[in-house]
This record gives sequence, C-alpha cells and structure tokens, in this order.
Amino acid sequence: MHILVCIKQVPGTTNVQIDPEKGTLKREGVEAVINPFDEYAIEEAVRLKERIGGTVTVITMGPPQAESALREAISRGADNAVLVGDRAFAGADTWATSYALSSAIKTIKDFGVIFCGKQATDGDTAQVGPSVAEMLDIPHIAYVKKIEEISETSMKVERMMEDGYDLIETPVPCLITVVKEINTPRVPSLRGKMAAKKAVITQLNAQTINADTTKTGLAGSPTQVKKIFTPPQRQGGEKFTGEPQVIAAELVKKLLGSGIIN
Amino acid sequence: MANKINVLADKCVGCGLCANNCPFGAISMQERPDHPRKFKLAVIDANKCTFCGACIEACKTFKAIEMHKEEVTSGVDKSLYRGVWVYAEQRHGEISSVVYELLNQGSVLAKALQVPLSAVLIGSNITDKAQDLIDRGADKVYVYDDPVFIEFQDDPYSCILTSLIEKEKPEIILMGATNIGRSFASRVAAKIYTGLTADCTALDIDLETRNLLQTRPAFGGNIMATILTPRHRPQMATVRHKVFKEAKVEKGRKGEVIVNKVDASKIISRTKFLGFIKDASASVNISDADIIVSGGRGLGNPEGFKLIAELAELLGGAVGASRAAVDSNWIPYSHQVGQTGRTVAPKVYIACGISGQIQHMVGMSSSDTIIAINKDKECPMMQMATYSMEGDLYEIIPEIIKEIKKTRCSI
Repeated sequence: MHILVCIKQVPGTTNVQIDPEKGTLKREGVEAVINPFDEYAIEEAVRLKERIGGTVTVITMGPPQAESALREAISRGADNAVLVGDRAFAGADTWATSYALSSAIKTIKDFGVIFCGKQATDGDTAQVGPSVAEMLDIPHIAYVKKIEEISETSMKVERMMEDGYDLIETPVPCLITVVKEINTPRVPSLRGKMAAKKAVITQLNAQTINADTTKTGLAGSPTQVKKIFTPPQRQGGEKFTGEPQVIAAELVKKLLGSGIIN
Repeated sequence: MANKINVLADKCVGCGLCANNCPFGAISMQERPDHPRKFKLAVIDANKCTFCGACIEACKTFKAIEMHKEEVTSGVDKSLYRGVWVYAEQRHGEISSVVYELLNQGSVLAKALQVPLSAVLIGSNITDKAQDLIDRGADKVYVYDDPVFIEFQDDPYSCILTSLIEKEKPEIILMGATNIGRSFASRVAAKIYTGLTADCTALDIDLETRNLLQTRPAFGGNIMATILTPRHRPQMATVRHKVFKEAKVEKGRKGEVIVNKVDASKIISRTKFLGFIKDASASVNISDADIIVSGGRGLGNPEGFKLIAELAELLGGAVGASRAAVDSNWIPYSHQVGQTGRTVAPKVYIACGISGQIQHMVGMSSSDTIIAINKDKECPMMQMATYSMEGDLYEIIPEIIKEIKKTRCSI
C-alpha cells in the first residue's frame, strides 16, 4: 500500500516563552519541529508499512525551511518526501492549505491510507485533515486511537470520543487523524538518519499540482486575520506565606467569607 | 496576489520591535554597514508573512512599514444569506450542553442582526428534543430524524447539513468545538468553500458589513487573533465548552419546528458504525465541574493524587492534572487540563504543585478564582493566581481540609 502522511512544521512549543515586558512571543532560540501530533501519524504509517508492506510518503505544504521536517520524518522511517511550496501558497488559512495539499495528493493518485495528526500545536484547529478528505472525496475518521484491522481495501478503527470510543469501519482509500494514545513514536535510527541526509525531496509547486491560484494562499483563504493582539495579562492576587496551619485558616476564611466555596 | 508589504529603509531605525511582535517569525534584523549610524534594517520574509499587520501596529512610532492588502471580491452574493444557526449536537440522544451555551450567544448575534435564531437537530428519535431548543431561545428548529443518523458518522451528517445550508442560506453557523463538531464542520466548510474559525472565545458582529468578529487564541494562547470571513457565507465558527454561559430556560416558549423528510437512499455513508464502548473513567467530566483540584509534577508521586482527591471530594469538585502528572502515569489522560487535554473554566481552580507551563495555563486561565499551592513563589502559576499559597502542598492541603471540616462542623 502507498501510505501518505501529511505533516506540518511548527515552532517547538515547549520552548515558547513570553517576553514579560512586551507580552510578545520570544522567538529567539525557538527551533522549528515536526508538529508533535504528526509524530504519531508518521509512526503509525511506518508500523502499517511494516505490517502489510508498501511505502510511506510524507508531504507538507510550507516554506523551503520545512524540508528539515520532511528529512526528520524520513529518519523516523518514511521512504519518500514531498514539499509543496510556492509563493502563491503564503498566508493560507485551513481551507486554502487543504486545497493545496489535496491538489498535490491528487497528482500522487495511487494512495491507500492518509495519516494526519489530530491537530497542529500552533493553530490548534484540527480542520485540515477532514477538509483534505472532503476535497479528495474520500471518507475520513478523526481522533483515531487504534487501528484494529486493516487490509488493502478496508480498515476498522477506534475513534476516541469524550465519553469512550466508537468502533468504525471504513473503506480504503481514506484519511484518518490520530491522537497520541495510538502509539509511542520511535526515535530516529542511525540508518534512518543516513537515509534522511541522502534523500531527494520531491518539490511541487502551484503549477505542477494544477492549483487554481485564486484558491491558494491569502487571496484564496475565506478567513482573514483582522487584527492580532496580546490578551490582557491576568493580574496576580493575594499572596499567603507562613505556617501552613495559619495560611490554610486564612485562605478558608477568605473563600467561605466571599462565598467562593460553601 | 497583489498583497504587498515593504519596509521603508529611510524610516527604519533598526529597533527590532516589529521582529519581536511578528507572530510568524517572518521578520529578521539585518546589518546595514553603509548606514551612517549603523542602524539595522528590518527584512520581511515574503514566504512567512501573512499580512496580519502586527508589525505595522508595533512600528506606530516610526511608520516604517507599509502594507497594501488587495481587496478581493468574490462571487458570493452575501445579501442572500440571512439568519443565525446553532448546530444542536446530540450524542446518544442527549443534547450537548455546549449547544445551550451557543444558543445564548447566538441569540445576542441574531438580535444584533435582526434575524431569527435557528437550531439544526440531526439524529434518530430526537424530534421531541426540539422544544428544549426553543425553550433556550431558538426561534426555529430544523429536524432531521431518521435511523440513518442514530450514531454520528461524518458522511451522512455533513451531507445533510451541507444540503440544508445550500437551501436555506444562513449567514452564521455556530458549532461546539467537540470531537464531533470539529470533525464534520471541517468537511462542511471544505465542501461549500467558506471560512471556519476554530475555538472562538469571543463572537461579535460588525453591523455595517454583517461580518462575524471571531476572536480566538493563537500560538497557545499567547496571542489573540480576530478573524473575519469577509467574502464567503455562511461564516462558520466552533466554540469550546464553557466559553459562554448557558441560555436560560423559558418553558413553553413559542417557536417553529420544521421536520424535514429524509430520503435515506440519498444519504451515503461510506463508513460503517460498529459499536460504542463506554469509558468508565470518562464519567469524570472535568469540563463540566464547578470546582477542580489539580495536581502536577510537584506532587512527586502518584500517591499525591489521594490527597488531591480528598480535597476535591470535600469541595464537591473534580480532579484535574497537568500533563507532567499524566505523562508520569500518575493519573489517566481524561483528567488532563491544558492545550493537549481539556479546557476548563470552573468557578474555583486549585493548582497544587503545578508551575504553570503556558500549555497548561491556556486550558484553565479563564477560571473565576485560581488558587495556587507551590513551594516556588516565582513560578508563573503563583504569579497569576488569585490566591497563592507558598509552601509544601503536603503540609498545606491537610490543613485546608482540616479547616474546612472544622468550619462546617461549627455551622
């Protein structure tokens, strides 16, 4: 089976800090990483390949720098990588991103299962996976926590819901978005790192994917950012220090007195 | 593609404010050896810029950045789209509480626009729930009641909602940012080519354009963005639990129930629903709790959650946890608060041994009262809490428990 994985390069959020004076993001020293949820998607794709055979192709839409994310995916076991990049894609919202990705995937044709992470940690929308499936006219299942059965033509998966999980069967080709419960991603192997170094990344642009550029990038995006602002910082309140018994009594008196608890 | 953004070299003083404020890291400061005062120059990477305007705001003093945004006109005649809709999500026949919250805000928007507020109810054997939606403020309820909709699957649900949108043409659709809502709203928006804004925390109307002003956190909540869907209709938005207050119940309120016939042969579902397995631990729904006592890395060991649970039980609240505690396998994932867990907004949030990583903060910072218990008084959680208690949580919590019991006995 030809297995695809859509990934995104995001700022490494564990390092994100706020400048306390300006209230803005500190960008220095924040490295770009593979979206953490996509690591589970890559791992599941590689496991699927190991189980039933085939190849894994990772695909991303992004600036030239996103190539490093693709190479890392290869070091984690993917075979091929595709970078969909064009000035015409800049400023894309989730709709326009899905359009570019799905247009690129249409040129790949013979795919089986497409894996995505459930969402990206920078935008947090969880919209691109299902939208890509719609544009490719294939079914999708979001929030998958386990693949129970798989064949060349169908798969059975567990879909995580707020109150438990649903068991769903879908034909292949299809798209699934995965949650972190699905697996524990492996660390890149030495062989993988060597392969990543040598890999030739396939470059696609608006023209090679036959994209209608009125539907790409900022101009093709239905949503537009009107303004960006820093939220008002929550001000700290009262500080209690001293003997546990004393401060506990003070706190409980305060909470009961103001009716916060009863 | 006629959007343009330029740095005016003669006005740029190289202060770097724009680069610091750029949420997309698109601006770098380059050396200018030929400048008489050796000022640096801001350079904008066209591949990363989204024309959001944050740099222009930052450069108010020097006015060294110029932006030209192309006005794009689309083929959609916006005047054909009228009315505010709320998708009345149900699971196993029960309407989700987020629906009542959306009806509350939806009625504010509908009043501002002077249009009716409608709800869309899709399911099996659910027609009798329509009056609940009217009692909560819906003027009209569109019902699709058929066994084909008994369990949620993306294909049939997105198919029926899309066809209703195309027929009735609402201008706004609000949906819960739940697993169901997020999944099939994306499909619907993709199909009809319109904007969908996830996880909005504020919704307003620009009366002149009838645009929905959708405010949401970006970059893990460090920055807020106001998003528009200026050229497409309907404007679709998802909202998490507890962002808005529930609409009040007005028993027997009058409204119109439109039960649409379903031609099941036209509803295609490529996927097949095989079963539902309930998660017993998911009965702890921290999203709905009024009081949450949360434990983090500072507990030091899984036993610490016994103390947390004791306090929570005493207060009639739920137990939450930071990602660090969940990753250490001290407590199941269903308790996790934060960016990769649940968003909560209880009346009281008690953070015990949680330092306050930004990913945790975005999941709980809209709680009414925050109490932090921590040894480190400098940590972010202690800095932002309404009440911060400095010290060992294993000494302080038992004292709080003792104190509450004592006070209650004396009443």
